[in-house]
Amino acid sequence: MEPVYLDHNATTPAAPEVIEAMVPYLGELFGNASSVHAIGRDAKVALENAREQIAQFINCDPSELYFTSGGTESDNIAVLGAAYRYRRTKNHLIIGATEHHAVLEPAEHLAHSEGFKLDILPVDKEGQASASKLAELVTDKTALVSIMHANNETGSIQEIAPLAEAAHEKGSLFHTDAVQSIGKIKVDVKEMKVDMLSLTGHKIYGPKGTGALFIRQGIKLSPLFYGGSHEKKRRPGTENVPGVVGLAKALEIAGQQREADYKRLNELAGYFIDKMLGLIPDTSFNGSRTRRVPQTVNMSFRGVEGESVVLALDLKNIACSSGSACTSGVTAPSHVLTAMGVDNIDAQGAIRFSMGRVTTKEQLDYVLSVLPETIERLREMSPVYQQQKP
Amino acid sequence: MAEKVLVAMSGGVDSSVAALLLREQGYDIIGAHMKLWDYVDVGADIYKDGRCCTIDSITDCRFVCDAIDAPFYVLNMSRHFKEAVIDDFVAEYKAGRTPNPCVRCNSDIKWTEFLRKAQSIGCDYIATGHYAYVEQGDNGRWRLRKGIDPTRDQSYVLWGVTQDALSKTLMPLGGLLKKEVREIARKYNLRTAEKKESREICFVPDDNYGRFLREHEEKQDRRFEPGEIVHEDGTVLGEHDGTAFFTIGQRKGMGIAYPTPLYVQRIDTANNRVIVGDNDALFKRELDADHLNWVAIDPPSEPFTAQVKIRYMHAAAPAEVTCLTDGSVHIIFDEKQRAITPGQSVAFYADDVLLGGGLIR
Repeated sequence: MEPVYLDHNATTPAAPEVIEAMVPYLGELFGNASSVHAIGRDAKVALENAREQIAQFINCDPSELYFTSGGTESDNIAVLGAAYRYRRTKNHLIIGATEHHAVLEPAEHLAHSEGFKLDILPVDKEGQASASKLAELVTDKTALVSIMHANNETGSIQEIAPLAEAAHEKGSLFHTDAVQSIGKIKVDVKEMKVDMLSLTGHKIYGPKGTGALFIRQGIKLSPLFYGGSHEKKRRPGTENVPGVVGLAKALEIAGQQREADYKRLNELAGYFIDKMLGLIPDTSFNGSRTRRVPQTVNMSFRGVEGESVVLALDLKNIACSSGSACTSGVTAPSHVLTAMGVDNIDAQGAIRFSMGRVTTKEQLDYVLSVLPETIERLREMSPVYQQQKP
Repeated sequence: MAEKVLVAMSGGVDSSVAALLLREQGYDIIGAHMKLWDYVDVGADIYKDGRCCTIDSITDCRFVCDAIDAPFYVLNMSRHFKEAVIDDFVAEYKAGRTPNPCVRCNSDIKWTEFLRKAQSIGCDYIATGHYAYVEQGDNGRWRLRKGIDPTRDQSYVLWGVTQDALSKTLMPLGGLLKKEVREIARKYNLRTAEKKESREICFVPDDNYGRFLREHEEKQDRRFEPGEIVHEDGTVLGEHDGTAFFTIGQRKGMGIAYPTPLYVQRIDTANNRVIVGDNDALFKRELDADHLNWVAIDPPSEPFTAQVKIRYMHAAAPAEVTCLTDGSVHIIFDEKQRAITPGQSVAFYADDVLLGGGLIR
């Protein structure tokens, strides 16, 4: 049995076309994009071509796009950069209750060690935040509001524009983490009205270690790194030309396939969710059935430990995760699910299946053939589940 | 189909070789590292290497498992460990006793939570790198026998393991000397072959349990109460900064000038006093123990003689063991033993077979 990979929200393989596009820039076109000579100029052209292509993809000007090493770095530059830049006049931050740790932890650091006041914008049981609630929290002291576009654990999609408007109303900057939405649903920085947006390559069949931060023209940030004039001093360091070329290629392919992928994965997800709910008692779906990046399927199997399910399925050649890959191995229940009102027992028993281009109905049927007995065995040994039985 | 074994891997050479040997014996191996605590929670230096529960140890486990083609998982048991082991460790010291956290971890974490985890993913056995034999005796009971390496016997800390748990346990190192284990590791190029071992309490990596207790209490906004150090004859000799920092038989750390050496005799938590006296007064013939677990034998109805060990480094001494109606035992040694310490474990042996054990009252 070939491994069944249902962890595409953790990472994806680089597409063959992506690899093919990158290879010349690892070898013959190896130049440093900052060099004056011909070899350097070739690299620079490739870099700027990629920038134009990606800028077009998210509907911004190429001058507003900055390359980084990925989502975590983009999020940190946005959150820390805005806070440090405005700290003389502003001391308040607001982030969503279901943010990725790449936003949550810099924000918590600013609150614990840098004197900022941090407010958390709650979400409803489908993971949706409300613009009117945000309007109540934001003040003229708010330096930044950061709310993610699509959630990594549940796939829940936020409608960003009204949230950005609520932040702008009081003069706050607005950032969104679009790492899990880019290439899967439409991402247009003008429609979304955001000031900053983070994206990465490796979730959409691009290379690891590549990402970008959109920073709207005129917005000032304090840099986190010093050491050169690359990326207009906002992110110094020799440009990752092969990575950036791969990122552009990955987005190009995603642009072509996005709608077909969405439709196919939405149908597969619907089938998968309904089957699990039907086959396994005391199971619930976490998030929104409709306002969701459809490839993400988060289920709670009441009374089991998510970690044990992941291990048992791994031994059956099925790759999935409990929580996000970045926090796996933590026994505390997911802050994302807790924020959505999922109780502790269901949150402990949560599993994230995330599908991708290679996912087939046959693969899901294989999962469905082993999952019920796996859950049943774990429940037989679960004091929590046995206590709850009528 | 081969039987499946979840091997508890610390990142040291013993558990690495245990995994390797079991694979050679034809078992289907899965490696697992129990993450029991975080440096941020226990203090001490995060960059110290060679310790269990560090990223470097986990990496060592990964490489060993990769080399023997076994899946490897990190199992986070820090919540269980904190409740069952660390909180108990602190509470015992505060109650004037001297706990053995390894005993507690074995019975309440390794042979309960870890075993449960193993069974939940379909394993038939768990295995460890302890130098002991697990075998079934003629009476049908599962028992532990000391390993052949006299310097490495770890059966003492295993007295609390239940029969059911022992029946599902493999310990492949009982018949090996430590140096042979290292040789095997070298032969197979395991990267843990030359790794030093630590004998401190794992969550007190600097071996300073006083520092650990103090920081633990400060985190909960609690302080230890200073009190008096009193000689057995009733004379007040000085002040201590908390009875928890003392253990029976301790000589150092009292800061008292006295013509003869003084040793802690008793800890009187009711009056917050540390009682001291001379070395001779530390020798006693009798003790009571409770929380008994019988390993090789059924709970005995008649008094019996055994080799009795009262701490890890103690050479077992002959004694008579009498079971009392409340489930505790009364033990009378043939000769007086030094520093019988409440909270420590007592283990009974017949030759090299572990009969059972309990906690000194």
